[in-house]
Amino acid sequence: MQISKREGISKSKAMLIRLIAIVVALIICAIVIFLIVNLNPIKVYISMFNGAFGTNKRMWVTLRDMSMLTCIAIGLAPAFKMRFWNIGAEGQMLVGAISAAYFMITFSGRMNPIILMICMIIGSLAMGAIWGLIPGFFKAKWNTNETLFTLMMNYIAIQCTSFCVSLWENPPGSNSVGTINATGANKYVGWIGNLLSKGYNKDYGILLLITIFLAIFVYIYLKYTKHGFEIAVVGDSENTARYAGIRVDKVYIRTMALSGALCGLAGFLAVSSVSHTISTDTANGRGFTAIIVAWLAKMNPFIMIIISLLLAFLDKGSVQIASEFGLNEYVSKIITGIILLFILGSEFFINYQVSFKKIKKDGGK
Amino acid sequence: MKKILALVLSTIMVMSLVACGTGTQNETTKAPETTVAETQVIEETTTQPTIVGKNVKVGVILVGDENEGYTYSHINGIQNAIKALGLDEKTNVIWKYSIGETEACYDACIDLVEQGCNLVVTNSYGHQSYAEQAASENPNVQFVSMTGDTAKKSGLKNFHNVFTKIYEARYVGGIVAGLKLKELVDAQKLTEKNYDTDGNIKIGYVGAYPYAEVVSGYTAFFLGIRSIVQNVAMDVQYTNSWFNITAESEAAVALMDRGCVIIGQHADSTGAPSACEERLKAGQTVYCVGYNVDMLKAAPDAALTSPTNNWEVFYEYAIGSVMNNQEFAQNWAEGYETNSVMITELGSSCAAGTKEAVDQAVADIKAGTKHVFDTKTFTVGGAEVKNAFASDTNGDFTNDADEAIIDGYYHESYFQSAPSFSLRIDGIKELN
Repeated sequence: MQISKREGISKSKAMLIRLIAIVVALIICAIVIFLIVNLNPIKVYISMFNGAFGTNKRMWVTLRDMSMLTCIAIGLAPAFKMRFWNIGAEGQMLVGAISAAYFMITFSGRMNPIILMICMIIGSLAMGAIWGLIPGFFKAKWNTNETLFTLMMNYIAIQCTSFCVSLWENPPGSNSVGTINATGANKYVGWIGNLLSKGYNKDYGILLLITIFLAIFVYIYLKYTKHGFEIAVVGDSENTARYAGIRVDKVYIRTMALSGALCGLAGFLAVSSVSHTISTDTANGRGFTAIIVAWLAKMNPFIMIIISLLLAFLDKGSVQIASEFGLNEYVSKIITGIILLFILGSEFFINYQVSFKKIKKDGGK
Repeated sequence: MKKILALVLSTIMVMSLVACGTGTQNETTKAPETTVAETQVIEETTTQPTIVGKNVKVGVILVGDENEGYTYSHINGIQNAIKALGLDEKTNVIWKYSIGETEACYDACIDLVEQGCNLVVTNSYGHQSYAEQAASENPNVQFVSMTGDTAKKSGLKNFHNVFTKIYEARYVGGIVAGLKLKELVDAQKLTEKNYDTDGNIKIGYVGAYPYAEVVSGYTAFFLGIRSIVQNVAMDVQYTNSWFNITAESEAAVALMDRGCVIIGQHADSTGAPSACEERLKAGQTVYCVGYNVDMLKAAPDAALTSPTNNWEVFYEYAIGSVMNNQEFAQNWAEGYETNSVMITELGSSCAAGTKEAVDQAVADIKAGTKHVFDTKTFTVGGAEVKNAFASDTNGDFTNDADEAIIDGYYHESYFQSAPSFSLRIDGIKELN
């Protein structure tokens, strides 16, 4: 058996390999389901689909989770394209969320709702940008390790969130902020409403539109602007970039500010559109999951949407099979794990060629 | 050029978001509250109260699954209640496991309503605000927030808070510990290290958080012990977590190092009992009282008993009420009077005569002749307590309304189901 690097592969062939991987993963999962829990795998798959798209509400919740994950992954894309390993999306998102919650709690009723909304957006963008800029600046000036730096910034952000939660506790002693502006005179101020109907929490169309808009924006930014080109060059080789006259430190700082700002905006969306509250669970590990999404999509925002949809689908589906068949959540985690493993594994077959041919034996070296 | 492009793009982004901001304003100026109220009235007048009966659907939102003691006791309670009411788990209950204290809880509430549930139960405190939000939008569905405390304030008829009078069981657990302590004193098993400078025997308590729920619990436990042995002093070590095996074990070790003879706990894991068992085997005189689950597996020699909840009583009441279209209590709190609380099987280390003493104490509590927080049995700052408020209306962490000391005892879980006793009485010291 011989493994060799592929010279190049057509897009359709790559897609075919990925498709085969998913089909094989589903078959393996089916065998696992049948062997471990003795259920009809097709019924389980139908149930998963039902859980993710069965009702209007479920479909929107799945699309909402997809959008949130995509937003963060999109935020990571510019940094990753620059080979700047920004592990700090979780923190950048949280500080954005803190800022949004701050405006909602402090200025609701004292400010025109439109101005309030703009303040929330700008605040979240700014806070996220600062949180991304700090490691970017240190990397540019003193070449610090960005992976550790951004990771540590997460913990600071989580502690800041805990502090703010205890500051804004409602009711007091509950260790939670509760739903902000759910009742009273400022009901629904600072909430992003439905797109298709009046009211709130029925659909998340605006969130979806913003996500698509951000995907287009980042795609264009990375592919067709001078900034995008500079990011790609710095990512390939710092020395080449310097030789070409690119101010590498400036690119680091600028790109990290952008990356952080986009993650901060995701934090704003999490507060304003999704949860209407703030807690250390606002990010809920999505900052880390988004890294997988960005990687699998090879920094292409549109593929990120597809991968986020798959992850959101698996998540919602697993909740449903746990509810319907009394399966422990670990069973659904096994299924998710197998599918992800196969998708990641398929990249190997896209990059490498495996051929079976007899090698002439020379009789030892 | 590029700067202009960036500027234009970001302006478009802001504008697109402002568009939804405008939507928000329109909604608020049109006063959505009235529309909600109107639909509520319409629904109430148009839908005839048909008896739900055996078509009842109960949605259950659980923070964990059967592997976690607290959630397991709820699952158990619901299953028993369903059986007792002659219902079928498959058709009458929809379970949602491992739902975090995030918007996932709200989503689950709405999903259960859409699946036709008449009663939705959430079992974690952090689910409360999401359940309240769902309750305000679905006035025809009853929502229960276990261990919650905002139902009264919310003004929603269909939103309920539930707590057992677990402090009664903790008091009885204290009696069990007190009898053991008495036995140890009589057998002269205690050393100088077990006494403080005032001649009081040292007791330890592993608490989760410095909240009223925990304060109420350890005070009841302490008073139970003191009803048997007078000269005791208790140290409380907080772990700042409801479930953390390592932290609870470490807290227990710290307390045992101080010479504590009895370790009580208000935390969910077996961390403390396991640590006690280890020390007992190594020759130290120490015994423990657990919580929620029988600790005899983790500590066969050191564990005496555990105060625990019997959730079946509440679930039978709530599901039964919904089946018969009857309103049920917005703040439900019951204890020994309906067997909603109890202590688990007594361990083999318990002193002789414990069972009889426990039965007597339970009978006295049931008869209303014994009150856990009898003001004659404790002092604050050296004086008997004459006044104590039960509710905090302005959110400054100090209770300022609802006088709870009536007829010579503090009325715990009386004004609302969640515990409110937060007096720091003499003889108990918080270490952290």
